[in-house]
Amino acid sequence: MEDIRSHRYENGKPRLRRFHQARWDEPIIFELSRGGQRGILVPEVEEEIRLQVGDPMAGLPPFMRRGELPGLPELSQPQVLRHYVRLSQENLGTDLNIDVGQGTCTMKYSPKINEQLAGMPKVADVHPLQDEDTVQGILEVMYRFEEMLKEISGLDRFSLQPRAGSAAIYTNVSIIRAYHETRGEADQRDEIITTIFSHPSNGACAKTAGYKVVTLYPDEDGYPDLDALKAAVSERTAGLLITNPEDTGIFNPKIEKFVEVVHDAGGLCCYDQANANGILGITRAREADFDLCHFNLHKTFSAPHGCGGPAVGATGVRESLAKFLPVPVIEFDGSKYRLNYDLPYSIGKIGPFYGVASVVVKAYAWAMSLGAEGLREVARTAVLNNNYLLKKVLEIPGASAPYAKGKRRIEQVRYSWEDLSAETGVHSEELGLRAVDFGVHYWTSHHPFVVPEPCTLEPTESYSKDELDEYAAILAHVAEEARTDPEMVKTAPHNSTIHTIDHTPLDDPAQWAVTWRAYKRKVEEESK
Amino acid sequence: MSRGMEVVHPYIPNSVPEVKEQMLRDVGAESVDDFYEDVPESLRLREPMKLPRPFLSEYALKRHVEGILSSNRTCGEYLNFLGAGCYQHHVPAVCDEVNQRGEFLTAYAGEPYDDHGRFQTLFEYASMMGELLNMDVVNVPTYDGYQAAATSIRMAARITQRRQVLVAENINPDKLSKIRDYCKPELEIELVGYDQKTGALDLAALEGSISERTAAIFLENPCYLGVVETHGDEISRLAHEHAAICIVSVDPISLGVLTPPADYGADIVCGDLQPLGMHMQFGGGQAGFIATRDEERYVMEYPSRLFGIAPTRVKGEYGFGDVAYERTSFAVREAGKEWVGTAAALWGITAGVYLALMGPQGMAEIGEGILLRSRYAMMEMGKLRGVEGPVFEGPHFKEFVVNFDGTGKSVPEINEGLLSRGIFGGKDLTVEFPQLGSSALYCVTEVHTMEDIDTLVSALREVVE
Repeated sequence: MEDIRSHRYENGKPRLRRFHQARWDEPIIFELSRGGQRGILVPEVEEEIRLQVGDPMAGLPPFMRRGELPGLPELSQPQVLRHYVRLSQENLGTDLNIDVGQGTCTMKYSPKINEQLAGMPKVADVHPLQDEDTVQGILEVMYRFEEMLKEISGLDRFSLQPRAGSAAIYTNVSIIRAYHETRGEADQRDEIITTIFSHPSNGACAKTAGYKVVTLYPDEDGYPDLDALKAAVSERTAGLLITNPEDTGIFNPKIEKFVEVVHDAGGLCCYDQANANGILGITRAREADFDLCHFNLHKTFSAPHGCGGPAVGATGVRESLAKFLPVPVIEFDGSKYRLNYDLPYSIGKIGPFYGVASVVVKAYAWAMSLGAEGLREVARTAVLNNNYLLKKVLEIPGASAPYAKGKRRIEQVRYSWEDLSAETGVHSEELGLRAVDFGVHYWTSHHPFVVPEPCTLEPTESYSKDELDEYAAILAHVAEEARTDPEMVKTAPHNSTIHTIDHTPLDDPAQWAVTWRAYKRKVEEESK
Repeated sequence: MSRGMEVVHPYIPNSVPEVKEQMLRDVGAESVDDFYEDVPESLRLREPMKLPRPFLSEYALKRHVEGILSSNRTCGEYLNFLGAGCYQHHVPAVCDEVNQRGEFLTAYAGEPYDDHGRFQTLFEYASMMGELLNMDVVNVPTYDGYQAAATSIRMAARITQRRQVLVAENINPDKLSKIRDYCKPELEIELVGYDQKTGALDLAALEGSISERTAAIFLENPCYLGVVETHGDEISRLAHEHAAICIVSVDPISLGVLTPPADYGADIVCGDLQPLGMHMQFGGGQAGFIATRDEERYVMEYPSRLFGIAPTRVKGEYGFGDVAYERTSFAVREAGKEWVGTAAALWGITAGVYLALMGPQGMAEIGEGILLRSRYAMMEMGKLRGVEGPVFEGPHFKEFVVNFDGTGKSVPEINEGLLSRGIFGGKDLTVEFPQLGSSALYCVTEVHTMEDIDTLVSALREVVE
């Protein structure tokens, strides 16, 4: 009898998966349409209502009555379902892959129980403008979660309203502006400082808010450069927006000094805690004397990423800035929770209602499943996993981790394949696309590529040692292939849903097509 | 679960002590503390955070959270007539089935290869919205309709290189607050009044305000007060005469029966997707769309991602990718247009599912049904002594303002009476629109049966008469 297992291991280690992603060759939904089919029926209107009202369109001028029905596809319900389930199979979420390859994004496990809780009618079917007495439950969850964030950050008040990290950054910038306005210095203070290894939205949000952006580059060892900061601050400085640890996984040991320098210049300091997963319970915004911060509940606090939202960027401030928070804030008088709109200095509304309550429920449930010790365990395990993976990756010839030589990292590492690329001509992006053939995602870096041939890995706490070994083995295999069979890598992916995309039309206004109708039109125009 | 003092947490595979020890040995570290060497002592937390005791078992956690949430009252338990930006429509089961698929729910930023499904579903979402809106370019959703409005305005200002923006005063006041905050650094917002009788925009006032300084005129249709704007064609003509841009925020669920704004001259159309398959979620189901014609000067001003279709090296294979990526902050940081980041993509996918299920006929029928039901509710409520409804003479879609001045009762008093009868009454407008007296904004959709409306009317009768 053949021992099947003997083919699955080599020298006691598992061989790489013979992965192949689903390839349904699925048509565009419009191609599945057949006139007259229905996917769902809508509730019928009672005859009595029709009789009493008469022509429902009567009050509308003729030009406001839609003449032609919208050209939507016509499908039966099972066809719609099959189409979308097939497309879902052509997608690689954290539920499927060893998702350590999307550094900076904290692709951790999103517990299923939290989905159940957030999907309950007690959350899903609640209108935001109901009488406060009828929404005490959800207000209590939001209030309790704010209390937890206060302790986790050391700051004094939070708003859960911003609908993602960048929205929180913009909110913080608006608060910084409001603060300087009350001091009569808003016109003078027109610069915001950030670092190149902070998320690009720090610069982009500050610019959108009307600020001149000063971007600091690291010193030779990859640490944020204190001398560069000292040279940058002035009476024009409105604030500092900084990530720590930065996207290199390096913790800025002089962060207190950074804050002090900016404070001395009259600016405020905002802690972008997108990379907080490795420091929960270890160090906080308060101890470093930050004025504002934000956490991504869809990253650090386990709410799923949803292909890019919905999300929450929880914004925290010290007491003196609480009056600027967006309205409403949630108050508790010991017996009742209520929404307080009475903040005369508030920057106002930054979005509808109170943010994404379902995401808050998930984050709250996650934090309550762990407690203080558990959160610290999350951080310490994420950091252990990262340093373990670091060791494994650096064993691969051609890989390096620039900066902070010989030092450990916090929760992620920005690696470089510069040596491998110089040797083989294969680029980091190409390595990543070959990794797809083994069932994992891989990401390079935000732009610009300060680290050459970059790759950013963040293992979080959610992957086992064996899974980290598997990811490292995939990278080792692909790196070796770059030497032995570079064409295989350069023409990847081979086992994915689709093959190499021709990107030319996407940057050509005559050819790009963001909708099916535009595509059909442009194809027809060109064929004429 | 726990061995002595150490908890092996089910979400943390390597919390098994032996595994940790082995990993530490493998990396040559004494303790996890070694990895934090760069964190100065002065910044370290010296004692454990003071957080509530956790519920370690899934069952205990479930009981705890359900226990808190149980005090909520839902729109399934009560009859709900609240709208004002968040709407109770039926959510087809297939919408939930698709957006709860782990492959979509837990994906994020994969390449167009490993995440082909995300790209195709969002391309299809944009394509179906394009049909509904009669426009060729639709973005990957932004956070919500407020953000879509604010970004549309800033896009218009960049396109025209002008600073003044005219905003219809019958707009959602919260949305206006967002627009003011978002436009503060660059633009002047000027309000244009509305006709107190019809509820429509005051065309004479618009003519008086518009000039060659005007970047855009922004209006909602239907507006916050529920009235369908019937002068959209004249408003956009006026805008175009001054080389300004006409921006219309629209309720997408109205577009099976109402003319899409592009057809009466709107250049940028925006709004919120929540009615198209998202549960209300206490306001968490919002997602913003922005649509334009396929003109380079418009496309290049979007901050959002735009997913386009492209060939692959295999003939007949559909591929997708980012259109004009270099305009985004992902590509060029602060040199990009505003910013792009996580927003509400899953609700975009869901809205696509909704439109695919509804089809052209479904959208027409739901629109007609809403028109009929809301009109019936207006007629019946207007019969009550002291109740004026609707306040405005213009046509309505699903929302309308009801005035209670003649009852001698305030809106909070009336809503309290309704609440005790199991009904969430309309949104109190007393603070937002004091000129309307004791008025409330009511919303009626396809979920309301004739009996529901009659129940509301008889309860109101008891409360006011």
